[in-house]
Amino acid sequence: MEYMHRLSELAPGQQGRVKALLSTGSIRRRLLDIGLIENTTVECIGRSPGGDPSAYYIRGAVIAIRSADSKNILIE
Amino acid sequence: MKQIALAGNPNVGKSTVFNALTGMHQHTGNWPGKTVALAQGVFSTAAHRYDLVDLPGTYSLMAHSAEEEVARNYLCFEEPDAAVVVCDATCLERNLNLVLQTMELCPKVLVCINLMDEAKRKGICIDSAELSKRLGVPVVETVAQKKKSLKTLCERLDRMMESSPPCSYQVRYDHPLEEAAELLTPVLADRLQTSLNPRWLALRLLEGEETLLAELNRYFERDLLADQVISCALETARTRLAEAGISAEELKDRLVGSVVTAAEELCRGVVLVQQEGYRCLDRKLDRVLTGRRYGYLVMIGLLAAVLWLTITGANYPSSLLSDALLWVEERLNGLLVYWQAPEWLIGALVQGAFRVLSWVVAVMLPPMAIFFPLFTLLEDAGYLPRIAYNLDKPFQKCRACGKQALTMCMGFGCNAVGVTGCRIIDSPRERMIAILTNSFVPCNGRFPTLITLITVFFVGVQSGTLGSVWSAILLTGIILLGILATFGVSRLLSATLLKGTPSSFTLELPPYRKPQVGKVLIRSILDRTLFVLGRAAAVAAPAGLILWLLANITVGELSLLAHIAAFLDPFGKLLGMDGAILIAFVLGFPANEIVLPIILMIYLSRGTLSEAGSLLEIREILVANGWTSVTALCTMLFSLFHWPCSTTLLTVRKETGSWGWTAAAALLPTLLGMAVCFIIATLTKGLGLL
Repeated sequence: MEYMHRLSELAPGQQGRVKALLSTGSIRRRLLDIGLIENTTVECIGRSPGGDPSAYYIRGAVIAIRSADSKNILIE
Repeated sequence: MKQIALAGNPNVGKSTVFNALTGMHQHTGNWPGKTVALAQGVFSTAAHRYDLVDLPGTYSLMAHSAEEEVARNYLCFEEPDAAVVVCDATCLERNLNLVLQTMELCPKVLVCINLMDEAKRKGICIDSAELSKRLGVPVVETVAQKKKSLKTLCERLDRMMESSPPCSYQVRYDHPLEEAAELLTPVLADRLQTSLNPRWLALRLLEGEETLLAELNRYFERDLLADQVISCALETARTRLAEAGISAEELKDRLVGSVVTAAEELCRGVVLVQQEGYRCLDRKLDRVLTGRRYGYLVMIGLLAAVLWLTITGANYPSSLLSDALLWVEERLNGLLVYWQAPEWLIGALVQGAFRVLSWVVAVMLPPMAIFFPLFTLLEDAGYLPRIAYNLDKPFQKCRACGKQALTMCMGFGCNAVGVTGCRIIDSPRERMIAILTNSFVPCNGRFPTLITLITVFFVGVQSGTLGSVWSAILLTGIILLGILATFGVSRLLSATLLKGTPSSFTLELPPYRKPQVGKVLIRSILDRTLFVLGRAAAVAAPAGLILWLLANITVGELSLLAHIAAFLDPFGKLLGMDGAILIAFVLGFPANEIVLPIILMIYLSRGTLSEAGSLLEIREILVANGWTSVTALCTMLFSLFHWPCSTTLLTVRKETGSWGWTAAAALLPTLLGMAVCFIIATLTKGLGLL
């Protein structure tokens, strides 16, 4: 198994596979709902002009997530 | 009449389907969660009459947002005869999530794969016959903008109504979950005798979500967990789960995860992507529109461009309208004289009511009629969520939500709409901040005032293209000032009245779409411009009447109006304005559109000049009444920062449920405006400019 990273560490253009969600409560539900379950491939496609949030390509949709939340998503 | 629920993810053209079917004009939005209240409409097909209910756009029926609760509760407790789930053909897999959850809940489901034209353009092929076979429910492909493509949908709907509920696909959960559900399902079916799907009910009870449990108890008119048999079975099922090592949190994850995996499997072989590079154009656009280098620049540039088009485009029709209405005024006057109407009546009706009304129409209508459609075009193209994306960082710094940028954008059209739109923000604290600061962006009713004053005092009336560019830049500056104030006050609120840290935030950036220009034009002119104008006109005529009365009823030597103006004058002067301007702002409380017309009216009733038509004449009237560029600046700033109009405040009351917060929504901008104007007036006075 590769070394675990956080989703927030992905640079634009890089891909990763979701391993675990550390967040809890309603944000966890929302992340699962947009399809961030184990083994889902996620691609970072850009950052907003302020550097945060970043946009991710997840299961056919582009979703913006703040780094405060994406750092709780473990990927490999 | 058959009840049909229309469900779907945000941004899949659900509202377009709704409008096309029912013919009802309902504004379609291109950002998540625009449809918050339930719209309803009736349509007929060959066989039936249907009552279509437009549910809020949601990704799921499981999570906790207000919209999802509304959608779920409707599907659960209103027992619609069938549900139509609208999907986006360009990301079908994700949309199936909602389809599968709806199928667990509703016996009859029709899947409508919309935006087929876009999918085709992006090289995506969908085998809908195969999908229909796999799901066991009818699947139709549509392009909702083309009414013809909805014919098949109607036929399938009719056919579905005739047949018995199909034996449709059900999501299979992991073994221990299925086992636990099987323990509970027959018990529930037996004890409750309900049309609700017992398997779905069993899964939800296992999940144990409290808000749903409360709803269920209300629906069944008894406490489900107080039922010995049910609670016993639930206990056994929970024990079984615990034995399998599945905690409550783990259970929730698996429930959601299974649905996502099921959607993935269903789509395998059904959705074929021919060209992998189909997202390239969107990516390229995003790189510019939300990039570090150009993101903000393009945003400000677009704003300035929209304003420039508005200003340039409005000039000509404005003077045309003003001439036409002047002609009508003369005829009206002549007619009343011919009927030998008493002079006071002619004055009240013609110089009072009609003149203010005609100014509102001539000065306010053209900018609105141009700005609204332009803005709706940007919205239709999918640019607005990008604004929220770009501005999230600063909002985060202010401990607010990036979606506040969307409500701000709605505020450009109408602050009341913006305040209602704040429902898209989930955190109550951040929503309140967005509500309280919404009026810092000038609404369409205030634009014309700002444009007129800029043109008349800072650019010069006849300076051609260069002049209008300059006007647009100045107006952009004023709006940026408003946005700056939004940030400042949001930060202030986060540190004082509404303490807290920013909550989590996800925002979908939908694909860019070619806007439907024709539809947008018609819709925004009919639905919005005429509506706003009608409201302004309804206020303008009576306000003109009151004003005329105030100007013509004399107490002592002076008219009532002069008394009030004289009374307010020192205060107005302190703020760089005068008494007449303050009266106009007070009388403009029901609608900001009438502020400038009232100012002119007050000056005219003093007998300085007889008529005001063109901008040149407006300038003469204002200057003759002691206006300088400082007066104009202060009036503009006060127009930007003062109490919101009555409609907006009533909306704030409705949305917050509190008069206290409503007062705060009025006081915040007013105090800021007074402070800014006072400082400017004092400084310029000190420098000897006034």
